Amino acid sequence: MPDNSLPVIKQKEQYAKMVKQSMPKARVGRNIFWAFVVGGLICLLGQFILNFYQALGLGASEAGAATSATLVFLAAFLTGLGVYDEVSRFGGAGGIVPITGFANSMVAPAMEYRAEGLVFGVGARLFAVAGPVLVWGTVTAWAAGVLYFIFR
Amino acid sequence: MQFFWAFVIGGVICVIGQLLIDLTSYKFTPAHVLVTFVSAGVVISALGLYQPLVNLAGAGATVPLTGFGHLLAQGAINGVKQHGLLGAFSGGISAAAAGITAAVVFGYLAALTFRPRG
Amino acid sequence: MAAPRKNGKQTVFFQSPPVIIAAASIVGAMEGDGPLGSYFDRVVYDTYYSEKTWEKAEQRMMLEAMRKALEKANLQEKDIDIMLAGDLLNQIITSSFTARALAVPFLGLYGACSTMCESMALGAMLIDGGFADRVLVGASSHYCTAERQYRFPIELGNQRPMTAQWTVTGAGAAVLAREGNGPVITHATIGKVVDFGQGDSQNMGAAMAPAAADTITCHLKDTARLPDYYDLIITGDLGAFGKRLAEQLVTQSGYDITERFSDCGILIYNAAQDVHAGGSGCGCSAVVICSYLINQLKAGKYKRLLVTGTGALLSPCSAQQGETVRGIGHAVVMEMR
Repeated sequence: MPDNSLPVIKQKEQYAKMVKQSMPKARVGRNIFWAFVVGGLICLLGQFILNFYQALGLGASEAGAATSATLVFLAAFLTGLGVYDEVSRFGGAGGIVPITGFANSMVAPAMEYRAEGLVFGVGARLFAVAGPVLVWGTVTAWAAGVLYFIFR
Repeated sequence: MQFFWAFVIGGVICVIGQLLIDLTSYKFTPAHVLVTFVSAGVVISALGLYQPLVNLAGAGATVPLTGFGHLLAQGAINGVKQHGLLGAFSGGISAAAAGITAAVVFGYLAALTFRPRG
Repeated sequence: MAAPRKNGKQTVFFQSPPVIIAAASIVGAMEGDGPLGSYFDRVVYDTYYSEKTWEKAEQRMMLEAMRKALEKANLQEKDIDIMLAGDLLNQIITSSFTARALAVPFLGLYGACSTMCESMALGAMLIDGGFADRVLVGASSHYCTAERQYRFPIELGNQRPMTAQWTVTGAGAAVLAREGNGPVITHATIGKVVDFGQGDSQNMGAAMAPAAADTITCHLKDTARLPDYYDLIITGDLGAFGKRLAEQLVTQSGYDITERFSDCGILIYNAAQDVHAGGSGCGCSAVVICSYLINQLKAGKYKRLLVTGTGALLSPCSAQQGETVRGIGHAVVMEMR
């Protein structure tokens, strides 16, 4: 144990140093590579879907919305099958950052809390992670609109 | 060419997320990453810097959650242009409505249909 | 007057050491596929164990481990004076549902992952103190129930750092008795809550290592023994990095345990199972003690063990409020005579 004649704060500092030295090297290079590949591939898939909808004659914003909805559906389906968590476990932020990760963050808690009922289980937990995202997105976008109103 | 840029820009945006996770030694959870990206997307878009990225990379810029922030910000700003201050309240969510509704509906249905594997 | 059965600061010794007359363990698929797989009484491959929820599955595991231990001891529920058990879930629901099914007098424990050793220490005290003849002890955890209570939903895509540990799915139970055949518990050292300011819930080994080291050095001082008195000094679930830290801390206190030091969390999985630092959870030390360790004592491979259950007193509430993760360690000495 660290010298216990030292003040507690010093002991804690000594220990924090020990912990730091013992920490394994994070696999940053490997993680970044797979985040790039997985994230890139999901966006590439999105581009194919987008082009497909545009070829069907949808306008730019309609095609974008349809693409989002399609990706969300795929992610929800893969989460249900228990596949999507493996994608993010492997690809890290590559699976989290795309809108598919957002969908995963809604479906995962919702289906897991199914046993707690349709109101407090599915209903409430659907927003366990998505809630904060919508709150932050809504508030910042509102602020952007207000600032635009003032300074335009 | 657009496919190339979709892959590269989409990949790079995800790498930024990965760096946030790795450099904070995993204090950044998926929730933190998503919140940060939505908010960052709103700010970048409001400064007018996100649209050029969308023009270049298409889905590479719209599929990451920063694109969701871009949608919210442009919605709020266009709302103000059309309806004045009230547009700041209605514009953002209406622009992103399809994505949000899809996520809620498919999320709900998936929760009813599937049982987590464990 | 000083307590007559107390040795030094934190250690008690037993005048007629209680006997572990039977022990049983049930584990999940990953633990069954691990290096200790053949020692467990039953391996359950379905995470739900045919129940509706994971919580119910964990309850079924604990109940079956308890019943199996009773069966091995040739006893029935009515022969048990007191049951001591705990788990990781809020309000220790696994244990109380199990106690409901067994209908025996029940004291619920919470020592996080140190619960198995806590229950054995207390059970031995109750017996040697003359308050009980037979005590049923046990602990359990389940990867899916713990993960969703403490961290993230199972299906949420997420990456875990290399220091993260994997909660063991499993339940261990043992019957302690005044008389009988089997290994005996000779000493117990009750640990203090030790907090060296570690706040990372993904590095629980670092949070628990000081508590483990504190209890081990305190035990050695209290009993005036040297580490080589024991064939094996084993901790509950420090994992690869926590074990190294505990080793360093004990060395700093002037004891060299490196040659005979091990950790249940490291033994239970093999490297190919991608569990990162190792196993954790109440079930980790519970199933390793109730299968492998007691087996090795009975087989004569080890004669004297110092088993230190380690617990990270982690709460999602206090963690989100920025509090540190506190550690605790309770040690029991098991000997084959």
